[in-house]
Amino acid sequence: MAQQIAWQITLVLTTLIAFAFVYVAINSGRREEDYAPLQKRAYRVRTRLFWTLVVVFVPAMIYTLFDLPYGAGGARDGAGPVQIIQAKSYQWRWELSLDRVAPGQAVEFHVTSADVNHGFALYDPDMRLVAQTQAMPGYVNRVRYTFSRSGAYRILCLEYCGAAHHNMIAEIRVGAQ
Amino acid sequence: MASSAYTPAPDRGAGASVLAYLVTAAAVLALMMVFGLLMRMEQAQFMSMGPVWFYKLLTLHGAGMVGIAGIAGAAIMWHFLRQYVDLSPAVFVANLVLFIVGVAMILAGVLIGNFHGAWTFLYPLPGKSMGMWSTGAAALFMGGLLVIGVGFLLLHLDIARAIIARYGSFARALGWPQLFGTDDGNAPPPTVVASTMVTVVNVIALVVGASILTMMLVNLYVPSFNIDALLAKGMIYFFGHVFINATIYMAVIAVYEILPRYTQRPWKSGKAFLAAWTASTIMVLFIFPHHLLMDFAYPRWMLITGHVIGYLNTFPILVVTGYGGLMIVYRSGIRWDVGSRLLFLSLFGWAAGVVPAFIDGTIPVNYVMHNTLWVPGHFHTYLLLGMVAMVFGFMYYVGKPGQNTEDSVLDRIAFWGFAAGTLGFTFTFLYSGKEGAARRYAAHLAEWVPYDRIASIFAMLVIAAVLVFLARFFARLGLASRDHPRASLAASGIGA
Repeated sequence: MAQQIAWQITLVLTTLIAFAFVYVAINSGRREEDYAPLQKRAYRVRTRLFWTLVVVFVPAMIYTLFDLPYGAGGARDGAGPVQIIQAKSYQWRWELSLDRVAPGQAVEFHVTSADVNHGFALYDPDMRLVAQTQAMPGYVNRVRYTFSRSGAYRILCLEYCGAAHHNMIAEIRVGAQ
Repeated sequence: MASSAYTPAPDRGAGASVLAYLVTAAAVLALMMVFGLLMRMEQAQFMSMGPVWFYKLLTLHGAGMVGIAGIAGAAIMWHFLRQYVDLSPAVFVANLVLFIVGVAMILAGVLIGNFHGAWTFLYPLPGKSMGMWSTGAAALFMGGLLVIGVGFLLLHLDIARAIIARYGSFARALGWPQLFGTDDGNAPPPTVVASTMVTVVNVIALVVGASILTMMLVNLYVPSFNIDALLAKGMIYFFGHVFINATIYMAVIAVYEILPRYTQRPWKSGKAFLAAWTASTIMVLFIFPHHLLMDFAYPRWMLITGHVIGYLNTFPILVVTGYGGLMIVYRSGIRWDVGSRLLFLSLFGWAAGVVPAFIDGTIPVNYVMHNTLWVPGHFHTYLLLGMVAMVFGFMYYVGKPGQNTEDSVLDRIAFWGFAAGTLGFTFTFLYSGKEGAARRYAAHLAEWVPYDRIASIFAMLVIAAVLVFLARFFARLGLASRDHPRASLAASGIGA
């Protein structure tokens, strides 16, 4: 969901910027000799652009701060008590204290590393990235996620950790499957 | 008030040392682009080099591209800044010599010593290779980075000396008297303002970078000298992010200096310009936590700072520099050539690149997109389509034989090939990131491979265009050092 919104906003804003550049390039050929009045008009437009950006960006910036994944922010409507799973990373494997959970179960992963930096990234059965945190030596990062769907979720390493980084994949089974 | 009158400035040729910088940058850039293509082809399953070679190329590609971005940016900054302040050619050359020594050490560490710990050398990976490389190889790589960093630090200290000698202080060179007082129209020119900003941020970044490199070098040989991994990561990203950001702020000087010559309109340091650069000085120093948003152990306020500054940082780029470029080109009568087209395109690349950047810096988005291919998607947009296009624009400008020289059909095709290829290449990265494709993977999952294949084809197009740019630059090296008019003068029109 967030990925789709990010992609669409990127397309829209990039297209708007491209439109501005194309418009100016098309209108660059005939010279308006007296720059001062043009400059004055352009400054007025710039002021409007500035305030438009303020009106659009500042609320968006604040609104998105209400949905932080830190602490318990990542879990949604989980059933029952939160299940804790210890996730420890090694070059190049994951060690999970549990690899099977019930559908609808809210889980809190306690993520750490035994050696170097790794990235704990949880992918759903459709290979959508749904949650992540860094796995660091000397620190435990807690990330919550509610497993709403049955099937095989995968944990990939998303912080480069050496020659077999791309093979560092574990699986969590949700449901009876 | 900043005047609207344009004062013609002579087109000066590039000195031998500036050309040596550009030649070095061009050679390394071409090689690193080929490495980048090979990595995408490996992910696309068009070839099979194996993970160790993939990660060795990844390490070289990252270090090499950051290095030549610094070298090319420094060449542009030095070329134009010396019009205003008295810089030391010896220090400038010393930086290039140290750069070449550092590159040799890095190449030896990777190609002979097998080091493949990525250019970000995240602690404690260089010292924990699982037997894949030796301590000596890691030390050569990090020592090479340190030598390069020392060279740049010397260069920036010399620039700082020259700016202070001419303007009295950084505050005056940033135009603070005009920004916070009355704008008497005597603010330093954009080149000086930009160079001051870059010097301030890079001196701090390079000292931090050199500190963590030294700490890690000690740790390699004295493992009991422990470093906190979170602190190390913060220091590395602070150094790395500021340094690579600064390369754009150096290269954009080419736009400030060259586009006015084509449009015969001034790019002055008015209040908005000065405010933007002062804001950027602060924001570039404090934006780096947006790389650390998934390090939950950092203080919450620090991560939120990264999120907030990611949004605010778009303002100076979009409203001042991007818009400023549009302003002086609009109805200017500009007679386009490949050089001016590349500079104009570079402003678009920088402005467009901030969009996926601030989106990635949004914490809930970063939660599901961090370290996917979205990340190289955003930085390739503002580096390849922005910063590197500025460098190519500068190369075309210094190499141009005369004001009325027409570009060949091949150069024009190369320009459009570069624009289309880079857009296709970067948007394929972004789309792959949206789909969850991991960055820095020697082998991709089957569902990601089609995107890798499309990206490989776009990358080939980019490289073909860049080879034309570079061939043209090398063919015109002799002309590049001469003082003669280059910029095509804008045509007269309405109100003439």
